[in-house]
Amino acid sequence: MSAVLPTDTAAGATPPSSLADFWRSFSTNKGAVAGLFVFVFVIACALLADVIAPHDAIEQYRDALLTPPMWAEGGSSKFILGTDDIGRDVLSRLLFGARLSLMIGFVAVLLSMLPGMALGLTATFFPRIGVAILRLMDVMLALPSLLLAIAVVAVLGPGLLNTMLAIAIVAVPSYVRLVRASSMSELTKDYVIASRLAGAGTFRLMFNTVLPNCMAPVIVTATLGFSDAILTAAALGFLGLGAQPPTPEWGTMLASARDYIERANWVVTFPGLAILITVLAINLMGDGLRDALDPRMKKLS
Amino acid sequence: MFGFILRRLALVVPTFVGITLLAFSLIHLIPGDPVQVMAGERRLDPAFHAEVLHRLGLDRPLWEQYGSYLWKSLHLDLGESFVTHEAVWSEFLKLFPATVELSVCALFLAVVVGLLAGVIAAIKRGSVLDHGVMGLSLTGFSMPIFWWGLLLIMFCSVYMREWAPAWALPVSGRLALEFDIAPRTGFMLIDAWLSGEEGVFRSALSHLVLPSIVLGTIPLAVIARMTRSSMLEVLREDYVRTAKAKGLSPARVVFVHALRNALVPVITVIGLQVGTLLAGAVLTETIFSWPGIGKWLIDAISRRDYPVVQGGILIIATLVIVVNLLVDLMYGLVNPRIRHAK
Repeated sequence: MSAVLPTDTAAGATPPSSLADFWRSFSTNKGAVAGLFVFVFVIACALLADVIAPHDAIEQYRDALLTPPMWAEGGSSKFILGTDDIGRDVLSRLLFGARLSLMIGFVAVLLSMLPGMALGLTATFFPRIGVAILRLMDVMLALPSLLLAIAVVAVLGPGLLNTMLAIAIVAVPSYVRLVRASSMSELTKDYVIASRLAGAGTFRLMFNTVLPNCMAPVIVTATLGFSDAILTAAALGFLGLGAQPPTPEWGTMLASARDYIERANWVVTFPGLAILITVLAINLMGDGLRDALDPRMKKLS
Repeated sequence: MFGFILRRLALVVPTFVGITLLAFSLIHLIPGDPVQVMAGERRLDPAFHAEVLHRLGLDRPLWEQYGSYLWKSLHLDLGESFVTHEAVWSEFLKLFPATVELSVCALFLAVVVGLLAGVIAAIKRGSVLDHGVMGLSLTGFSMPIFWWGLLLIMFCSVYMREWAPAWALPVSGRLALEFDIAPRTGFMLIDAWLSGEEGVFRSALSHLVLPSIVLGTIPLAVIARMTRSSMLEVLREDYVRTAKAKGLSPARVVFVHALRNALVPVITVIGLQVGTLLAGAVLTETIFSWPGIGKWLIDAISRRDYPVVQGGILIIATLVIVVNLLVDLMYGLVNPRIRHAK
């Protein structure tokens, strides 16, 4: 898969590999590199949550309700970021929450990207079904994604699995349109015609010939879809429609936080900060990816 | 132009039918049937159950039910709430002005600040100011707005009450409790102004500040980014150089010559923010107990008040379709290339 467009090669005899080329382009964007580092850090937190979390995510220390963070007055080093209203360690919940948020993002992106790409290619190669698919996507795009997700959850019922499903369903249309648009423009190119003349079947044409050349914008959209999924999941959790307590989901942690705004600001501050930092890092990374993978998209947005 | 309008209108019909299908199936996909939901935990007499199903028309074939649902929806008959037994449409009409007022204020804030920030960033390209604006707007774009709302409540109300009580902002509802003014237009700012009572307008305005900031944050970030990139492109054009060479003042070149052309894509983006605003209203209204349609929808979901959920989703989706249609038509009016494209 060579998603990278050829750029001016250095004076050396061998052209740089596409990966090296990509990295050179990506690393000129300092924000993107910073985003990547933060993102890797969040992934590390999520993977190592079992090892580094000082406490269990749902264990309640009844004698230490609403303990302030360790640097504040009355805080203790036992609970670095303090405890919540029923005595659970905030830091441990955030670490396990990272695991959940990343999983939600990953599953939602996968569940929307794969069907989205398949439908987009189908719309290009089978124009008759294509019209129906595109109309259906228009209907889905008519509702703002959070509202559509709320509608889906209203039907399916609240919960982590349904949250992921709702977010995935909502994100499908953007992939369909993207893949259709870029595969339509590939369809008339010589290499596709050559491949068709060489006797490649429709499925081979769809997935082996055309799809790899549509991947650059898909990867960028998937990155932004990842951060969007985390935000939407947190919003649903906040509204009480997402992951249910005592699940340490970042948005769900904020659902009851309003009651403690006057007494315990750490209960409010840290989960939101975790969401913001993660989403910001992914968006920074997405900007860098877009510039590196697809210079044509630089102008947009 | 006429053909363009017709083509664009023809696209709306299947979309609307799809939305009604979605809203219709909503009530049929929930576990159990609406009568069981209304009955809640109580035991249901089978004969009574069948009678109510019949009375509500829920025992007829699905296509017949859908037909009558569509017919009724087109006549604004969206059923009545399980909880208040009031017609869904009239409940919506009562609450809608609050959402409009909030959205208009949020959008106003977003457009004014966003345009200004975008223009400044474009003029001072590469400067600290530019990086600051872009950094802030990316942060705003990544902001979980419900948390942003909680932070603002913490700083502008809870802490402010200790630092400078006079500046503490209210965080709940549309008006201080001590005032009671007759609703005339449903828009609190206008009603307060019309009432002429002292302090009412000030109270209504102060209730709007924080929710507008929260709701306006994401549109603001999007508008600032879009204005900057669109401005950067326009500033490179020959006619801008000509205007400069003629000796026009920099302000005139930027705001009169360049900005006008840079605005075309920005207007589209502003139009597209209506969806963001309505979705954001759900969160913002929940945080600030703002009695609009967003809070109405969430309350209805938690009370399992399905006619309201169904009607609310249908109305909001229709609103978004209509606004998107208007934006497209306006864009076609401004930009002939769109109008003549296939």
